[in-house]
Amino acid sequence: MSVLGIDIGSRYIKAVLFEKGEVQEWIKIETSYDPLNRSLEILKKYKPEKIVATGYGRHLLSFNGKIPTITEIKAFAIGAKALISTCRTIIDIGGQDTKIITLDERGNIKKFEMNDKCAAGTGRFLEIMASALGYSIDEFGNIDINLETPLQISSMCTVFAESEVISLITKGLPRHEIAFAIHKSISKKVVSMLKKVDIEEDIVFAGGCAENPLLRKLIERQINKKIIVPEKHDYLGALGAAIYLKNN
Amino acid sequence: MSKDYTPLWKELGLDLVKHDGLLSVLSDAYKNIYLSQKNRPEGMKYFDFVISEVHGLRIEELYEAKKEKRKVIGTFCVYVPEELVLAVDGVYVGLCAGAEVGFEEAEKYVPRNTCALIKAFMGFKLSGLCPYVELTDLIVGETTCDGKKKAYEIFDEITKKMYVMEIPNMKNEEDRQLWLNEVKKFKNKLEEISGKQITLSFLKKSTEIVNQKRKALQRLSSLRAYDPPPISGLDSLLVNQIAFYDDPVRFTMKVNELCDEIEERVKKAEGVVPKGTPRILISGSPFAIPNWKLHAIVENSGAIVVGEESCVGYRNFRNLTDENFNSIDEGIEKIASRYMSIDCACFTPNTERIDNVTKLYKDLKADGVIHYALQFCTPYMIEAFKIDRKIDFPFLRIETDYSMEDFGQLKTRVEAFIETLK
Repeated sequence: MSVLGIDIGSRYIKAVLFEKGEVQEWIKIETSYDPLNRSLEILKKYKPEKIVATGYGRHLLSFNGKIPTITEIKAFAIGAKALISTCRTIIDIGGQDTKIITLDERGNIKKFEMNDKCAAGTGRFLEIMASALGYSIDEFGNIDINLETPLQISSMCTVFAESEVISLITKGLPRHEIAFAIHKSISKKVVSMLKKVDIEEDIVFAGGCAENPLLRKLIERQINKKIIVPEKHDYLGALGAAIYLKNN
Repeated sequence: MSKDYTPLWKELGLDLVKHDGLLSVLSDAYKNIYLSQKNRPEGMKYFDFVISEVHGLRIEELYEAKKEKRKVIGTFCVYVPEELVLAVDGVYVGLCAGAEVGFEEAEKYVPRNTCALIKAFMGFKLSGLCPYVELTDLIVGETTCDGKKKAYEIFDEITKKMYVMEIPNMKNEEDRQLWLNEVKKFKNKLEEISGKQITLSFLKKSTEIVNQKRKALQRLSSLRAYDPPPISGLDSLLVNQIAFYDDPVRFTMKVNELCDEIEERVKKAEGVVPKGTPRILISGSPFAIPNWKLHAIVENSGAIVVGEESCVGYRNFRNLTDENFNSIDEGIEKIASRYMSIDCACFTPNTERIDNVTKLYKDLKADGVIHYALQFCTPYMIEAFKIDRKIDFPFLRIETDYSMEDFGQLKTRVEAFIETLK
């Protein structure tokens, strides 16, 4: 039997296809302005027999309950446990949400924290800042962690922070220092969310921002713990949804 | 609506075009959220009717009451003693404060980061959309939170009808004395504007009426403890909201009729959802009508709301006024002490609230508590952290407002919370 877990995020749709209990395909496409049709493209191409949807757009695809849904929080918990069986804390920084999830030994959710309605400190925020500074996303996260700079970005609101960044640019300050300060301020926001739950190791970093080494290192330095970025970290939700379906 | 109320609305100075718009939005929302529910009790038909006539028949009733020289007293808070208003044959009515209406107008007077409830009551008045406020003879405010008490100063400039009662911050002997004096002053004010003296028999009668209403709401609340739940959280919330502006005697009768029907359901183990559906207690800020957002999210995510530890809910009906008094002064003391037992987060310390949340959680056999604070409602926002540290049951803390901007995120959080309860 073929089983598809599909995670409809704000920026990307990720899907994992299982055939006879083995992962057959890892699929990732941009969400665009039409997530429903983008998701249907995947369904048409792979024709899975069973589907579970998760992520921000899960209800769009549920067709009034015909396709079961689970939240990305549950999906991430299942997916993380499958990839790293010792996982006890998940950090997920996606396009518009930042989530912290803690698990017990058996992989059940103990507590979760999620940002409120604005995009402060999320992946989208990083994208906007990178573009304001003329960096590609890859370059942006590869600034040396040992850079010494007194610069601080105090505003966490995407709109205000952008004007703060622009005012720093017009002061002629070097852009890599500004970029560093942006990462520092996001990492602080994530660390403050982490402090609201009891973080235990192993810590798994997932979502698009896990590909940003500077952000990861800055968080590690502040919590003084190692963070694991699994190879398929961006598929955690899709994988979790598919496994949920296999087990139920 | 059964008839055309346009002439009445026009006479009250409402903005007719905007008002039509508001009513059509409200009616659509009601259809989507309420009328789409399954297995509703027959007794909810009365409350559906009240909502459909919220700016119609009830307004006409108030208009007729005024013709008979009865005074209409508008309020925003459960601290305003209803017994006294009824004792001068007045009409007690909660004012519009539950929708994102007229916020641009309101933001000319109050900062953007003011709580939605305050912006709503200012917005409703400033954009000419609340017929109740236009019909009031007196609007009674109270010094519960900083936002409200400063907003009342401005509201008085706009309406010239404000009367503010001072609510102490603590519950020591001197505070109780202060409050007792405030209740006495309020009695005098009501006698002055109505030209009627409160007699012992009026006071006894009005206390009985208000207690009967509270008892009916207590009865409804206790029936929600059954599994399968015989009534939805949305419907129960609606009854609790209507408690603030319907005629109290008629309302009590209708709630009791509803409860009779629900008791039959309980006997037959009939529910609105299957037995074992996750049960949520909501605790925190008030739900002014038509704020149905959180209940709708919870009940569309596979759970059922079994109680509201809220001013629109438990805090409004938990305690009765002691009817055993033999003089007006004694009656006033009993009334003052009943209202002083309300556990609003504006008091410090407020430890009884944690006990009440815990008790309600157990009594209603809830599986988890969602703490709901209106954004910028600092007292409840802070108490949420405190409760979270002291209790040992599943707890989700959210902050939100009347907008639909955070609908997706809220739904994810609520659904994930419910998943952890299964």
